[in-house]
Amino acid sequence: MGKTIAEKVLGAHSGSDCSAGDITVASVDFCMAQDGTSTMMMRELEALGFETPGTRRGMALVIDHSSPSPSANVSRIHERIRSFARSKGIRLHDIGEGVCHQVIPESGKVLPGDLVVGADSHTCTYGALNACSTGLGSADVAAATFTGKLWFRVPESHRIELRGAFSPFVSAKDLILDVIGKVGADGATYKSIEYVGDGLRSLSMDGRMTVANMAVEMGAKFCPFPCDQMTCDWFSSRGLVSGPGVASDPDAEYEKSMAFDLSDIVPKVAVSHKVDNVRDVSDLRGTKVHQVFVGTCTNGRLSDLESVAKVMRGRRVKEGVRMIVAPASKEVLLEAMDAGLIRGLLRSGAVVMPPGCGPCVGTHAGIPADGENVVSTANRNFRGRMGNNMDVNIFLVSPETAAASAVMGEITDPREV
Amino acid sequence: MAHILKGNAHRFEPNDDINTDYIISGRYKFKIDEMADLAKHVMEDIDPGFAARVSPGDLIVAGRNFGCGSSREQAPRALKAAGVSAVLAKSYARIFYRSSFNVGLPLLQCDTDWISAGDGLVIDLTHGEVTCPARAVKVTTAPIPRIMCVLLEDGGLVEHLKKHGGFAFD
Repeated sequence: MGKTIAEKVLGAHSGSDCSAGDITVASVDFCMAQDGTSTMMMRELEALGFETPGTRRGMALVIDHSSPSPSANVSRIHERIRSFARSKGIRLHDIGEGVCHQVIPESGKVLPGDLVVGADSHTCTYGALNACSTGLGSADVAAATFTGKLWFRVPESHRIELRGAFSPFVSAKDLILDVIGKVGADGATYKSIEYVGDGLRSLSMDGRMTVANMAVEMGAKFCPFPCDQMTCDWFSSRGLVSGPGVASDPDAEYEKSMAFDLSDIVPKVAVSHKVDNVRDVSDLRGTKVHQVFVGTCTNGRLSDLESVAKVMRGRRVKEGVRMIVAPASKEVLLEAMDAGLIRGLLRSGAVVMPPGCGPCVGTHAGIPADGENVVSTANRNFRGRMGNNMDVNIFLVSPETAAASAVMGEITDPREV
Repeated sequence: MAHILKGNAHRFEPNDDINTDYIISGRYKFKIDEMADLAKHVMEDIDPGFAARVSPGDLIVAGRNFGCGSSREQAPRALKAAGVSAVLAKSYARIFYRSSFNVGLPLLQCDTDWISAGDGLVIDLTHGEVTCPARAVKVTTAPIPRIMCVLLEDGGLVEHLKKHGGFAFD
């Protein structure tokens, strides 16, 4: 019987033959944590007598969730993180460098076929780079950092075949919202999801990161994409050698298979307060919008800002609407500046924040007022998620739909602007 | 690790997909890093009175996909600090499942539709049984995986590693 990507990666990292359902102890290539999870992880590492990371390519700490610091207390936490990183020789990505799940791929620390764990649930994003990568609690990440290894249950895999190409103004976010709406918030719990098919050609590396990022919103553990020409080109454009990566065997066993024709997908929205509460954007036409947020580890990349600019060209943010944009990294911000996108956004009436998580997690900026409706390119729409009180509605959409909604002041299908 | 747990059941609305933001809001995870203080805000967004009402040993009862969302380990730690001795649910999200055993909070998987808020329950971890003596109901739970039993016995993942110098599940 052939092997899935998850079975091969866990097998290669544990030096044994791995099949779904097995428990194995595997070597971990790289670990990460962010400012919301580091405090606990540092305590756990100190309790273990930690000196230096046992993982092959070390670890990174990223200050992105509440950054720059909004209070003396957060500043104390940040200072503790900085001093820990300095004393243990850990790479620190400080304020303004960007969202962890953009900064770490840019840093070249994750390569195809890697096994990576992070103290952030969206660590599954690196699946876009053909890694088996997953979010865990601080104790598990501390254990992996300390010993260089971690125990894993080898997951069963689901296979999603993509065919065709996206229609204009439809993108990766619409695909993943469509998938989550069909699979459900717990429909892939503990599974590894593999995307295959000729539709992959329509998914840029940015788009693959959007799709892999939200795998956890249906409970998945890994979301390894194939390592194809696009992957190799992405690495070589960054001066890195990707290697061949890991491919699944043609006769690998999948617990479930689904297929999506990209040309059938229309703009989608996840309606508050559940990520799997997915509808067509056109069903919500006319819903008033108070704040629009473009950014995050899901949709704050260069191609996302380009999509926003394309919809907004020559138009302005509707009076009474606040539009906040947080580029996913300093590199993204600089590229967007070179392309004139930031000037265009500012001229259109948007507010541009420093690279980081922005208002996504409600810890430092852009907190909506009671009773407001927020259209966001983030990945979670739970009640209270953005630091607000309970009666705020968060609608998750693509960058194209966010831009169209900012211009019209109500939830709008970008094909109709 | 106690093998018999006794406590009163607490239920919430929603019953399914109770995420870690609801267990402990992101608003607090930066403000407070002492668990006893964090415990005062546990479940606040879906049940503001819970932290004042919960007694040591009490049990959280829920439907499907308990603990989905963020990886914050503050969620199981804050529940434990609030005095919760175990959670009973139909299913759990993956990260929360591992983290809870890592910090010594047992999670039990079983049918929970029959349990009402306020029911006095007795949990036998060794035999995998939940009983409600007042109503003479007994339900079997899914067996706790062996690794999770080892972690509970050792007092969590950090203690396990300190004790054995590495992973010792065989």
